[in-house]
Amino acid sequence: MKAVPVRLDQLPLGTASRIASIDWSDLAPNEARRLRELGFDHGVSIEALHRGAMKGPLACRVGRMIVAVRRAVAAAVIVEPA
Amino acid sequence: MNPAPLVALVGNPNAGKSALFNALTGARQKVGNYPGVTVERKVGRMSLDDGRPLELVDLPGTYSLDPASPDEQVTRDVLFGRQAGERTPSALVVVVDATNLDNHLRFVLQLIALGLPTVVALNMIDMAVRDGLEIDTARLSAELGVPVVPTVAVRKRGLDELRVALGRAVGGGGKPAFASGEPGEITKLQREARRIAAAVTVQQSPGNAWTQRLDSVALHPVIGPILLAALMFVMFQAVFSWSQAPIEWLANAQSWLSDTAVRTLPGGFVRSLLVEGVINGVGSVVAFLPQILILFAFILVLEASGYMVRAAFLMDRLMSGVGLSGRAFIPLLSSFACAIPGIMATRTIDDQRDRLTTILIAPLMTCSARLPVYAVVIGAFIPARRVLPGVGLQGLVLFCLYIAGIMGAMGAAAVLRRTVARGGGGGFMLELPKYQMPAWRDVAIGLWQRARIFMRRAGTVILAVTAALWLLTSYPQVPEGSGLKQSDYSIAGRIASVIEPIVRPVGFNHDMALAIIPTMAAREVAVSSLQTIYSINAGDDEKVGQQRLAERLRGAWSLPTALAFLAWFVFAPQCLSTIAVIRRETNGWFWPSFTLAYLFSLAWIAAGITFWTATALGL
Repeated sequence: MKAVPVRLDQLPLGTASRIASIDWSDLAPNEARRLRELGFDHGVSIEALHRGAMKGPLACRVGRMIVAVRRAVAAAVIVEPA
Repeated sequence: MNPAPLVALVGNPNAGKSALFNALTGARQKVGNYPGVTVERKVGRMSLDDGRPLELVDLPGTYSLDPASPDEQVTRDVLFGRQAGERTPSALVVVVDATNLDNHLRFVLQLIALGLPTVVALNMIDMAVRDGLEIDTARLSAELGVPVVPTVAVRKRGLDELRVALGRAVGGGGKPAFASGEPGEITKLQREARRIAAAVTVQQSPGNAWTQRLDSVALHPVIGPILLAALMFVMFQAVFSWSQAPIEWLANAQSWLSDTAVRTLPGGFVRSLLVEGVINGVGSVVAFLPQILILFAFILVLEASGYMVRAAFLMDRLMSGVGLSGRAFIPLLSSFACAIPGIMATRTIDDQRDRLTTILIAPLMTCSARLPVYAVVIGAFIPARRVLPGVGLQGLVLFCLYIAGIMGAMGAAAVLRRTVARGGGGGFMLELPKYQMPAWRDVAIGLWQRARIFMRRAGTVILAVTAALWLLTSYPQVPEGSGLKQSDYSIAGRIASVIEPIVRPVGFNHDMALAIIPTMAAREVAVSSLQTIYSINAGDDEKVGQQRLAERLRGAWSLPTALAFLAWFVFAPQCLSTIAVIRRETNGWFWPSFTLAYLFSLAWIAAGITFWTATALGL
């Protein structure tokens, strides 16, 4: 299998991955700031854990922390296999 | 004498800051507000081993020093010595979640850069060990250049060492120090934090297995929402069924008190005021303390266990449908206890329009002050029948009232978001902390603080209002043999006559118009008002307080009227303290006036629809 980068909202649950890049320009300034504060940065390990029903938010592990984000924000985070 | 040096407790949310604050100060705390902003100020006293006193202030939990919300603004201003109503701290205790070093250290670095004497409390060290993390404390201390003390706040471990380190940090005089440095750029600090975290963590294994396992149930797209609904249902059933025995004790104590007063005091004005106004009035409100405490106990336990933010996660999809985020769920759930802390909790919502909408709908959540009213009316009119095993009809009706409030709030939010609070949308981004066993001590302190607030209200506002109402309903006295009812003839009765034409179409009688006047002070006063109104109508020969209010109500109201009264209370903005808090939070009179107008209209319409439907159905 080739290591293809995918967006976080498309990442299958339970796949150990790493943040390849983040499209900061796709995010509102306050969203970008919160995302940074919660430890989103390139190179950080990430794993999608749970998806809310009916396109609800996504829970993911970032570093050692579990964080909930909406799908639209998750789509700005590009991940690659760890 | 110089005041005790001030030490500020700072840290990320979920680092166990409040637990550490409770462990260090015990029940010696004062909860207040910073002037001008509605950020909670918690201070407590503690003493060092050599007897020196310290004052500890628990600053709001924040992720950084970028002042994006009022909380962060206050934290930053206190540290820079610029916050009105706060002395400049002599030292900082930074609370860090040991299992989450790579993230929490970034804030630590930001704080150390300020140049204040700092001690790091490496909290939840037991959880780190359980997670298979081994942290080199000495190395961490060397990297950071400040003392690091491992603690387990909920088990009161590491507190002695922390006190010793604090004694050194404060030094002899404990001169206030001003922060001089500037916090650095987030991303750079974050990388530095990760480097240090990796360097000091000796051993690592993958994350918390327990949290993972629990989350796979709690956050499951199908099981999760069912579990949440079940939990809420159990909570409301418990509020009704577990409280029966303590309510009975309180009622017995109350009738003993009024019997004693009747026996020992000479008859006349003072005795009537004391027995009919004070003991029966205040007593009928205090009787609901058990229910309020049960509700708060559930909320506090759910919060302390880490489940509450999971509930926010599950609710986000639903809330986003009406233009809110799951973040609004926590203030709204707090509003089930009381809208005031709920409205104050909205300050954690960054987006101003999200926040405004949440504030405006918070009074629609069924607060505990409505419980006494619901309990009396349901108790009087709804038979205590089982409809399903373990599910009583009374509990079911109560559940429906809560649902009505929630639906009303969702509808109002949808409308508000499309009209007066249009645009924006702050999104939803939240840390999901690890599950943990709630510390009974923290729950007990929280409950104690709530009970005290409620009893203080009962002792002041409610006491004054019931006494005033008793006077207004007792005077002038109806002339002997005129055939008029005392509650119609009195001053209050005459005021109620003005309101009556407005509420008559929705099924309210004169007594009810009378009872809803004093509820503007506090909703639960409705119970004591009805008590006062009906015990006075009963005449002097009948012993007051002996006959239960419920029986009186059954005699005076029809079922459609009772249901309309319940519907009214779901929506009516009958609590001036809430309106005052909205004024303070929104900085002006427009939004509180708006809230009054829209909620009274909703209440009238809801009561009307209920009354007309119930009458048409022949109930």
